[in-house]
Amino acid sequence: MRKLVTICAVTAALTAMPAIADTVKIGYMTTLSGGAGIIGKQMQNAVNLAMQHKGGKLGGMDAEIIYADDQRKPDIAKQLANRLLKSDRVDIVAGVIWSNLLMAIHKPVTRAGNLLISSNAGPSPIAGDQCHENFFSMSWQNDQTPEAMGKHMQDAGIKSVYLMAPNYQAGKDMLAGVKRYYKGNVVGEVYTKLGQSDFQAELSALRAAKPETTMIFQPGGMGINFVKQWKQAGMDQVSKLYTVFSVDGVSLPALKDSALGILGTQTWSPDLDNPINKKFVADYKAQFGGYPSFYAAQAYDTILAIDYAITKSGSKDTAKMRAALASGDIPTTRGNLKMNTNHFPIQNIYLRETVKDADGVVTTKVIGTVFNNHADSYAVNCKF
Amino acid sequence: MTLTLILEQIFNGLQAGVTLFLVAAGLTLILGIMDFVFLAHGAQVMIGAYAAAAITQATGNFFIGLGLAIPITFASGYLLELLIIRHLYRRDHMEQVLATFGLILFFNEAIRVGFGPAALYSDLPPALSGFVEILPDTPYPAYRLGVIAVGLICALAIHLFVSKTRIGAMVRAGANNPEMTAALGINIKILFRLIFATGACLAGIAGMMLGPLTSVQPGMGEPLLILSLVVIIIGGIGSVRGAFIAAIIVGLVDTLGRVFLPSILRLFFEQATADGAGPALASMLVYILMAVVLIFRPTGLFPAKG
Repeated sequence: MRKLVTICAVTAALTAMPAIADTVKIGYMTTLSGGAGIIGKQMQNAVNLAMQHKGGKLGGMDAEIIYADDQRKPDIAKQLANRLLKSDRVDIVAGVIWSNLLMAIHKPVTRAGNLLISSNAGPSPIAGDQCHENFFSMSWQNDQTPEAMGKHMQDAGIKSVYLMAPNYQAGKDMLAGVKRYYKGNVVGEVYTKLGQSDFQAELSALRAAKPETTMIFQPGGMGINFVKQWKQAGMDQVSKLYTVFSVDGVSLPALKDSALGILGTQTWSPDLDNPINKKFVADYKAQFGGYPSFYAAQAYDTILAIDYAITKSGSKDTAKMRAALASGDIPTTRGNLKMNTNHFPIQNIYLRETVKDADGVVTTKVIGTVFNNHADSYAVNCKF
Repeated sequence: MTLTLILEQIFNGLQAGVTLFLVAAGLTLILGIMDFVFLAHGAQVMIGAYAAAAITQATGNFFIGLGLAIPITFASGYLLELLIIRHLYRRDHMEQVLATFGLILFFNEAIRVGFGPAALYSDLPPALSGFVEILPDTPYPAYRLGVIAVGLICALAIHLFVSKTRIGAMVRAGANNPEMTAALGINIKILFRLIFATGACLAGIAGMMLGPLTSVQPGMGEPLLILSLVVIIIGGIGSVRGAFIAAIIVGLVDTLGRVFLPSILRLFFEQATADGAGPALASMLVYILMAVVLIFRPTGLFPAKG
């Protein structure tokens, strides 16, 4: 009798499923606590803003976002991915700032048959031979942005460069990207400690090496520390500073005027001239005070991509959404994006300079386009 | 690798060393005299940095910020001891670890609620933003020289206080034999509270000095805490003199190792191997040093207890 009741209950639950099936559930994983919490907060703001702009519905379906704080730890990320898939039963897992965390959840999510959409990280293995058809990037492959920096330095005829990045996989990827396009003299290649706060010793060594330019990758708080100390040490008279992922909407409020004039490459900038971006930046500033960072823009684009996938396919079925995204022309803050064969976007990469806007607030401005429709170099190794 | 570069790096190492000393000085007394495992000392660094940065921003004057932040950090240490820490002295070490780890989380979250998760803006005071020629053609930031000076002055003041004053004698007695000190009628409760508050204040000064150099953000003190524990172990728990010498050694080893080890390795290995192993080995150097000290002098270089 008891068994019969259970069977009835289960059947009832199963038959009730189609009634709630037009709610799409998205598990959004980012870092909300710890030193990098500000990045996650900006991404969360952007996701909420996108949902607000879409009236709480994605592709006409009711949408529910479940946030998960990965604490910047791969093991926690893996546990959270499991929880999102098995207990929250989400349709899509999205977000993820860090490459090592994305590597940890890539297989569990894609093999479970769910879409995984990165809002930031783009490590080379999953763009190449370990790629999976259920993965999409709404950001970039790690090497693309530094490749543009290398290309710019090569085109500008720069004689010598000093490279500096934290000693971990993304740091090595970044410098490899620069060297792929820059063929001049690399006078120094220094790997600093991840999370280092004082760079004075490295700056002293740099001063002695006298390179024409210095190219750094120091994300988050490290970038604030490095640029501050660079200015304080009067390094501008010694070398010209180029950056990737170090001077952005997260670090600028802490750097203010000391970041003026610094050049960097990026796939997005708050002044990109298209209607989606203008609306996003204006509303973000109005609601949260201050400019959004590229992390926020990519988080916003992630929600736009999900909206596009459901609208175009009329379904939240993984295979249908996948087909829509793969062949699509996804409207984003960076204009319409097309996907490469490995599901990484093909996009422009801009040269940005740090300037003051009309209100005297420090921000970045596009001063040139280094690459038009740039594809990453790992797609050839990717076979689904 | 010229002589001026080596000299400049020695200055960099000194500056790192005195900053470490400011954090370790209080901690070694708390560990040694009070026999209390206090993990939230990094929070005091953060409180100092935030107080100085916020007041500097409000008043527009770095030195007013500094002047007001010093009593604030002293008061915060005093209150912390009064409200929470004194109830934990009789607990065992594991419970102290748990409780003070909880305090780290509390302070980081409190700062996040009060100031937001973003890093706070703080820059050099204009008066100290210039350079001093320490050698011909070797400009060195004036502010960093100022940090070295403040650190050395604090070290001298602590030395004189501990070795020449009556309270200092009580502190030394407390480090050597706390039970006997209490039995002699010295009010150990007040003594503990003052040591704790002074330690908090010194760590706060380190934070105030670091503010204009690094990003002022929640959790900024934790990396310093780990290094200052290394300093305390090398110097000998409870010994201020040991903490000073060990802090300078650790500062120098860390700085010089980071800069010169990769280029030294390059003489013996291929470039790629050296670039990979150099930074990794350099970041292990201070811990290797600690292990060596522990093997030959398990109680540290200058043990306080006889």
